[in-house]
Amino acid sequence: MKFVDEYRDPAAARSILEHITRLAAGGHYKFMEVCGGHTHTIYKHGIENVLPDTVELVHGPGCPVCVIPMGRVEDAIAVAETPGVIFTSFGDMMRVPGANGNLLEAKARGADVRMVYSPLDALRIAVANPDKQVVFFAVGFETTAPSTAVTLIKAREKGIENFSLFCNHVTIVPPLRAILASPDLRLDGFLGPGHVSTVIGNRPYRFVPKDFGLPLVTAGFEPLDILQAILMLLRQIDEGRCEVENQYTRAVPEHGNIKALEVINTVFELRPHFEWRGLGFISQSALKLRDEFADWDAELKFSIPGVRVADPKACQCGEVLKGVIKPWECKVFGTACTPETPIGTCMVSSEGACAAYYNYGRFTKHQTVPVQLTSPAKTPAAV
Amino acid sequence: MTEPGDHRENYSHEDEVLERIEAWRRRRPKLKDEFINSAHGAGGKASAALIDAVFLEAFRNKTLESMSDGAVLELPSGERLAFSTDGFVVKPRRFPGGSVGDLAVNGTVNDVAMMGAVPQWISAGFVIEDGFSIAELRDIVADMAAAALKAGVTIVTGDTKVVDKGACDGIYITTAGVGVVPAGIHLDAKSVRPGDKVVVSGKIGDHGVAVLIARGDLALEADIPTDSAPLGELVEHLLAAAPNTRFLRDPTRGGVATVLNELAREAEVSVVIQEDTIPIRNVVNGACEILGIDPLYVANEGKLVAVVPAEEADAALAAMKAHPFGTDAAIIGEIREDPPGIVIINTFFGGNRIVDMLVGDPLPRIC
Amino acid sequence: MCLGIPGQVVEIVDPNDHRAIVDVDGVRREVNVGLVMGDAGGLQVGEWVLIHVGFAMTKLDEEEAASTLEFIKQLGSVYEDEIRDFSQEAPL
Repeated sequence: MKFVDEYRDPAAARSILEHITRLAAGGHYKFMEVCGGHTHTIYKHGIENVLPDTVELVHGPGCPVCVIPMGRVEDAIAVAETPGVIFTSFGDMMRVPGANGNLLEAKARGADVRMVYSPLDALRIAVANPDKQVVFFAVGFETTAPSTAVTLIKAREKGIENFSLFCNHVTIVPPLRAILASPDLRLDGFLGPGHVSTVIGNRPYRFVPKDFGLPLVTAGFEPLDILQAILMLLRQIDEGRCEVENQYTRAVPEHGNIKALEVINTVFELRPHFEWRGLGFISQSALKLRDEFADWDAELKFSIPGVRVADPKACQCGEVLKGVIKPWECKVFGTACTPETPIGTCMVSSEGACAAYYNYGRFTKHQTVPVQLTSPAKTPAAV
Repeated sequence: MTEPGDHRENYSHEDEVLERIEAWRRRRPKLKDEFINSAHGAGGKASAALIDAVFLEAFRNKTLESMSDGAVLELPSGERLAFSTDGFVVKPRRFPGGSVGDLAVNGTVNDVAMMGAVPQWISAGFVIEDGFSIAELRDIVADMAAAALKAGVTIVTGDTKVVDKGACDGIYITTAGVGVVPAGIHLDAKSVRPGDKVVVSGKIGDHGVAVLIARGDLALEADIPTDSAPLGELVEHLLAAAPNTRFLRDPTRGGVATVLNELAREAEVSVVIQEDTIPIRNVVNGACEILGIDPLYVANEGKLVAVVPAEEADAALAAMKAHPFGTDAAIIGEIREDPPGIVIINTFFGGNRIVDMLVGDPLPRIC
Repeated sequence: MCLGIPGQVVEIVDPNDHRAIVDVDGVRREVNVGLVMGDAGGLQVGEWVLIHVGFAMTKLDEEEAASTLEFIKQLGSVYEDEIRDFSQEAPL
C-alpha cells in the first residue's frame, strides 16, 4: 500500500533506533501520545519492545470512545430503545458499557441499533426509512467533527427531518491542558495527534512549549513516523530547543484545514463544560449543536435521562488516562476488568490503553525471536 | 528528565500482575450471560464459554470433550469414521463467488477432511420460512449439488421443515458429513511438539471480507470472491507427503488467530508466527485496513492450517503448492514450549505482540 | 478517532455534491471530498487523500512524503559515515 508500506520498513527503523538509543543514553525519557490511533500502532507493531529502555511511551486520553462517561452511554441506550428509532453508531462505541450494559446488548434486547462506517451512511438510512427517526451517535475529536458537520449541513439542505445527532464530540486542547496541569505528572514531551492536526493544524499546540516548557512533535501513524517523531523530540531536548514540530508533513498542513474548521463552526459551538471519564468536568472541551440546528439535535428531540453516572469505585481509568499509572498498575486490571468484562472504557476500545496492553502488550519484555522457516520466504507475503 | 530508578521497584509487581492474567486466561472461559448475544456465535471466547457451560456440561463424554471440529468414532471392525456437523445461516445468501449452498457442502466436507478422513457422505437438513422463493431454493440446491460433485461426496439423506413467516430468516441449512479415516492417520492437537512448523494453505481473509462487502452497509466495492472450496483432496496429498502431520483445522469463523489459539490451549504450547510470511491478497489487506479489522480474525472457507514436524515441512509445503487449492501455501510459524497457551506474532517491524482470542463479534474499528 | 487511510482518487462522481470514488489497494468506496476540493488546484483524479469515516480530510503531499522518507534514509548514512570515520581513526 502506497503511503503505508514505505513507513513500515524495518531497515529504516534500525537506523532511527540507533540514533534514538544514542541520544537517550544515560537518561530516562517519558513521552506521552494522546491519540488512540498512536496507541494502536504502537502495540500492533510492537514498537515498545524495539525502543531502548531509556525511552518510555505513556498513553494519554486520546481515545474519544474511552472518555465518554457512562451517563452519556445510558442516554444513548435510552434513545436507542425509544420505539420508532434507528440508532446508528460507529463500531467501537457499541461495546462501551453504561451502567446497565452497552448498545450491543440493547440491540440483543430488540433495539434497532446499526453500525455505520460514516455519518453519511446514517443519513442514507434516514432517507431510506422516512417513517423512522434515525439518530447518529456522534463521537470523536476534531478529526471527526467536520464529517458530522457536513452531514448535518446536507440534512438541512435536503430537508431530511427524520435525522438527528446525539452529539458527543470533544476537543483535544482542553484535556491536554488538564493533563499538563496535573501535579502528579512527569513528562518530557508529547507526540501530537496526527489526524486531529489535519483539521486544526499545529498552532493550537503552541501553549505546550510556551506555558509548560515541553516539546511537542505532531506524528503520523506508521511505525517510522512514530520513531522519527521520538527522534525529533530527543533532538529538541539535546539541542536545548522546546517547540512544536511537524513530523507528519505529508498529511498535516501547518494551518490545518480551513474548510473543515469552517463547517465545524457553522454547525457546532462549545459547551460550557463536559464530563470526561476519569478526568472530571473540563470547561469548553466539547461541542453541541448551534440553535439553528436545533431540529436535528437528538437531545432536544428525545427525552434524555441526563443522569450523571459515577465511575465505579474500583475504576482507575482516570489515572491511566493521565499517564500516572500504567494499565497493569490498576488494581482491577486483568482480573475484574478484562476485555470481555470491561469496567472502564480504557478496556473497551481496542485502542484504550488497558485493552491495548492486555491484548498486545503483555509480552513487551518478551524478546522477539524470529521463526526458523525451513522454506525461505522468497515470495513476498502479499501479491 | 525523569530518573531511571523510578520504576525498578515496580518490575516485580508488573510480573505478578502479568502472571495473574496468564493464569486467568488459561482457565476455561466462564459463562455469565443469561441471554444469547451475537458474541456467542463469533467463534471466540464467548462461544467457547457457551459450549463449555451449556453443551459440554450436559453432554459429557470423551469424544465431545476432545473438542475438534468433528468426532472420530471407532467401529467394532477397527475402522474409524469421522463425523461432523455444521449449520449455515450466512447473510446475504449469495455473495461474490458463491452462496450458502457452497458453504453448506464445503464447510462440512472440510470439517471431515480436517480429521484426516476422506469425506464421502453428507446429510442436509433445511429449515425454510413460509413464503421463501422456490426459485431461490432451486439455485441454492443446485449450488450444493455442484459443490458435492466437485468435492466427490454424495448427499444421501436429508430433511425439510417449513416454519411460519418470521420464524426464521429465509432458510437455515444444517449438514452433517461422514468419511473413513485411513489407518495410521491420527491427527490430534496433543501430538504437537515444540519445533513443529505451522503452515497455512493459502491467502487469508477472502471469505469474511467478501461477505462483509456483499452486505452492502459499508458501501465498499472490491473484487473479492469467497474462497469456498473442498479440501478433501488437498488433505490427501498433504498427508501422503507428510504422514506425520500432527494437526489440521480450517480457519472459518474467528479466522487463523482463533485456530492458533485453540491449538495453543489444547496442546499447551506456544505458537509463534511471522507477520511477513502470512499470505494475503493486497485487496483483502486494503479492505481490512480501511475497516480497521485484523485479517487474522477473518473467516476463511477454503483454507487449512496444518502443523507438521519440521523435517516434513518442506515436503508438506511442496505437496500443497502443487494442488490448485494450495498454490499460495506458506510456512508461517513454529511451535515452541514457552509461554504455553499463548500465540505470539513477530511483527514486520521486529517487535512482537500477543494474538489473543477474539473477544466478541469483530466490529470494524474507526480509530 | 484516528483511523485515516491513504487512498487514490479514481473518479470524480459529482463535483457539486463533492462525491468521488477513492481506491485503497483495489478496494473502492465513494468518499465525500468537500473538505479538500477547495484546495488550490481543486481535486484531480490520481491525487492521494487521507480518508476518515467516509470523508477525505486532506490531500497527501507526495513531495513531503518523499522528503520524510529521504530524511529517514539520510539518518542511516550519517551513522554509517561515523562508523566509517571511527574505524578509520588511528588506534591509540
